[in-house]
Amino acid sequence: MNIKIKKILPQLTTLLVVVLIFGFFTFNAQVNMENRGIEFGYGFLSQESSFDVQFSLIEYDGSHSYAKAYLVGLLNTLLVAFLGILFSTLLGVVVGIARLSPNYLIQRSAAFYVEFFRNIPLLLQIFFWYFAALRALPLPQDAESMFGISFLTIKGLFVPRFIWENLDIFLYSIIAAIISIVVIRNYARKLQENQGRQLPVFSISAGLLIIFPLLTFLIGGVSLNFEIPVLEQIATTSFKYDGGLGIPPELIALTLALSLYTATFIAECVRAGIQGISKGQKEAAASIGLMPNQILKLVVMPQALRIIIPPTTNQYLNLTKNSSLAAAIAYPDLVLVFAGTAMMQTGRAIEIVSITMFTYLSISLTISLLMNWYNKKIAIKEK
Amino acid sequence: MNKINLLKPNKQNLNTYLYSGSFLFFIAIFDVFLSSFFEINITSFLPNFISFLLPLILGILGLHLIRIEFSGIKNLDLLNKNINTSTFNAVLTLLIIFTIIKSISPIMSWFIIDANIAGDTKEACTGSGACWTYIKIWLNRFIYGMYPNELQWRINISFILLIGLAFVGLIPSSKIKKFLTLYYVVIYPIIAFILIYYLISGGSLGLEWVETGAWGGLSLTFIVSFFCLIFCFPIGMFLALGRRSVLPTVRYISIGFIEFWRGVPLITVLFMSSVMFPMFLPEDFFMDKLVRVIIAISLFEAAYVAEVIRGGLQALPRGQYDAAKSLGMGYWKMHIFVILPQALKLVIPGIANTFLALVKDTPLIFVVGLLEIVGMLNLAKTNPKWLGFAMEGYVFAAIIFWIICYAMSRYSQNLEIKYKTER
Amino acid sequence: MSDSIIKIQSVNKWFGDFQVLKDINLEVSAKQKIVVCGPSGSGKSTLIRCINRLEEHQKGTIIVDGTELSESTKNIEKIRAEVGMVFQQFNLFPHLSILDNCTLAPIWVKKMPKKEAEKIAMSQLEQVQIVDQAKKFPGQLSGGQQQRCAIARALCMKPKIMLFDEPTSALDPEMIKEVLDAMVNLAKGGMTMIVVTHEMGFAKEVADEVIFMDEGMIVEKAKTKEFFANPKSDRTKLFLSQIL
Repeated sequence: MNIKIKKILPQLTTLLVVVLIFGFFTFNAQVNMENRGIEFGYGFLSQESSFDVQFSLIEYDGSHSYAKAYLVGLLNTLLVAFLGILFSTLLGVVVGIARLSPNYLIQRSAAFYVEFFRNIPLLLQIFFWYFAALRALPLPQDAESMFGISFLTIKGLFVPRFIWENLDIFLYSIIAAIISIVVIRNYARKLQENQGRQLPVFSISAGLLIIFPLLTFLIGGVSLNFEIPVLEQIATTSFKYDGGLGIPPELIALTLALSLYTATFIAECVRAGIQGISKGQKEAAASIGLMPNQILKLVVMPQALRIIIPPTTNQYLNLTKNSSLAAAIAYPDLVLVFAGTAMMQTGRAIEIVSITMFTYLSISLTISLLMNWYNKKIAIKEK
Repeated sequence: MNKINLLKPNKQNLNTYLYSGSFLFFIAIFDVFLSSFFEINITSFLPNFISFLLPLILGILGLHLIRIEFSGIKNLDLLNKNINTSTFNAVLTLLIIFTIIKSISPIMSWFIIDANIAGDTKEACTGSGACWTYIKIWLNRFIYGMYPNELQWRINISFILLIGLAFVGLIPSSKIKKFLTLYYVVIYPIIAFILIYYLISGGSLGLEWVETGAWGGLSLTFIVSFFCLIFCFPIGMFLALGRRSVLPTVRYISIGFIEFWRGVPLITVLFMSSVMFPMFLPEDFFMDKLVRVIIAISLFEAAYVAEVIRGGLQALPRGQYDAAKSLGMGYWKMHIFVILPQALKLVIPGIANTFLALVKDTPLIFVVGLLEIVGMLNLAKTNPKWLGFAMEGYVFAAIIFWIICYAMSRYSQNLEIKYKTER
Repeated sequence: MSDSIIKIQSVNKWFGDFQVLKDINLEVSAKQKIVVCGPSGSGKSTLIRCINRLEEHQKGTIIVDGTELSESTKNIEKIRAEVGMVFQQFNLFPHLSILDNCTLAPIWVKKMPKKEAEKIAMSQLEQVQIVDQAKKFPGQLSGGQQQRCAIARALCMKPKIMLFDEPTSALDPEMIKEVLDAMVNLAKGGMTMIVVTHEMGFAKEVADEVIFMDEGMIVEKAKTKEFFANPKSDRTKLFLSQIL
């Protein structure tokens, strides 16, 4: 009986304390809201928002609801997170491998990059790119073009907009290419199992991926036109670019800073993964006659990826959370649009902040769960 | 086939190839050097495109000529194995060397040669380089924020005292060693709090009161970092122990707490602390901005510290727990004397990382209206008398943060090595 | 003398300024079993690692089955396909099953069909008596089982020469015997073997010649009986007295 009490008592006390704290907060919140005449409820989400957002991936203006505004913010966050993850991974993998290069210059340059960008606060880097570096770009009328079709200006990067004719046929061709690649890979694998011959699967896949879409241009009726941005004068001294696709400087600065910063951490993850493979593994693989690229593909990478992927996914999560710093430079992400403008207009602090935090929590937990599942699946079996 | 063989050195014609290869290589570097530092283009008689690529081509050719697998000359072999193993490697090496040479000149001229530091006003910055005058004039604000100038001696005294007291650990007396942990974990923070409350904040003992909104700059960065570090560590430790507890309620509450704080961005937490938090407190209970921020950041970082310490606790072999239990130690004794000392040593790099992240997160407090050094920079650059010097400000702050963070990470690496060898 | 399958002539090797192999001369005939012994740091591991180019010698020549070991990667790969190696730390690939460990090289280097490779692998695993562990992973096996698998893995490439670098030094005593038994079996089958080891019982049973190395040099080389009965050098005598 004694042991039972020993176990139950502390639990009850902790539970009681937690409940009391929550109760205290809730009670105060209710009192405060009553005093200020604020009601609590999520109904405001269907009201008209009456504010515009500078940059949005979907149709939106002041006549849409707050719920739509939330969606706009969310999509912008996901966009910058996606771009950031893409670029930081590419850069991080290259730098991570470069850190292990026997070439002294390459190794030191990579180390310099990591040490430099890792020790400066991300917010400071974002400010630097947005307020200092991008501000030094020329005005639209003075901008020099890149290849005659793109313009990097202080108002953003203007690139040609793609105008597709029969885009669906083009997409089908890509799907067809992917399907045939899968079929060929299966065939090549069976061929190797049965006869030992190896097909150059990589080259064939690359070829298919290029040829199929190309064919649609020649015989499928697909055509691609570019709408090139054109300089237009809207006032005596102010110009803008019409047509084409305008990428706002906020997005550029945010993506640049996030990628450069997060890439340093990914580089370290990659380096730890590759270094974590003991020399003996490579020696054993070499001693049975495998060639260097085979050693990499069959022995080093499978083991290294197991070490690299969990912390890298953590970095992806950090990047997504860090994208909320967009609020500091007025990029309309979820925090700025919803927990900023919308909250200021409606005053529904508790509801809005709770929705925002819940959104981020969901993203984090989803990725954590996926990571746990992935880890269990590929765990190296031990006694 | 023969032509290619002609261009490859071997033991007989090694010297000729060595000389000609090195000559080409150095010509290439010399060309880049001249064009970058003195803007002399010795190949201007060639069309633009070729003139631009010429150093690269010469360099590749030069390195190709000296690429020999085994020559017997120690330094040559070292060079070849290192930067010249293949054409691809050689190209990368050349590109890196060229980039370094090309960037030294503009960086030097911006930082030093064309920069200004004398004078008092914007007009004094006549050069095309950095206007360090701007930094010089604003330096006071960058360090002390909006704290009244004549009262800044209070901040100085507090910091000098605190730094001095931090080195108590170096006193070799053995009597003091016993109390060191107690000192650092309890006494030192209390002294710091007293200093901050009475000296920096003031309001009693005859000192004028300075509201926390006026604090700012680097001094605020230090104050916030210091207190958050002190609080997040013990909270994190308790959370880590709680997460591994056998009591389900304690465990689930810890997990919930940790996962919540780790799942949300810090900026939303700070938003919450300034907007939502007052709603949760009784009407007339006013909590100072700075206190709110410190509580918010401490709780936030504590969740990360908890995960790091949990890693250490898990890594300890079960035998340690078994041995301590078999000696009759209870839960707390076992953890304080056996488990935690070892686990903490294991995770020094992880904890150092979290501390570093905390220091790098302090600029976010601009959200609640407190201006530490980055906030002061943003304020300064909008001053109408000093427009257009954003770059200088950010570079200055970047240098300061870089030094602090780099020093911290070096120190933690040293700690790690020191504790590794002690095992 | 029958044509030697391994010819090592005047080989010298330095690690930086430290000379680890001093003027080594050695000839090994086919089907010969040689045991190399000596104190730690004597260069014995380095010597056999030079034979399959895991280490590079700076001076001298090494010729393996008619091919000279040099910088040329084509030669290195040719030699490695004919020379198998067993390591002190086993070095099995933890992410592959025992069977896959053994079939990896035959499939990817010799371009064998999977079924054929598996047949060969199973027969080798049977020879070292761990065929029932074929589907398990290295982490699930004991040290002795892992080392026997490592032997089978090397044998799946049908090498002409097998190198052993202190194969039992990392094993618990009760597992040493099972690995040595597998090696004795292999010897009886006619394989050319060079074994670096401290197991003198094994040497007495299987070796044709025993080599004693110290400080980078071959101090003594003799037929097994001679070596143990009449060691000529004082250093050899000292070494033998310490380990026997």
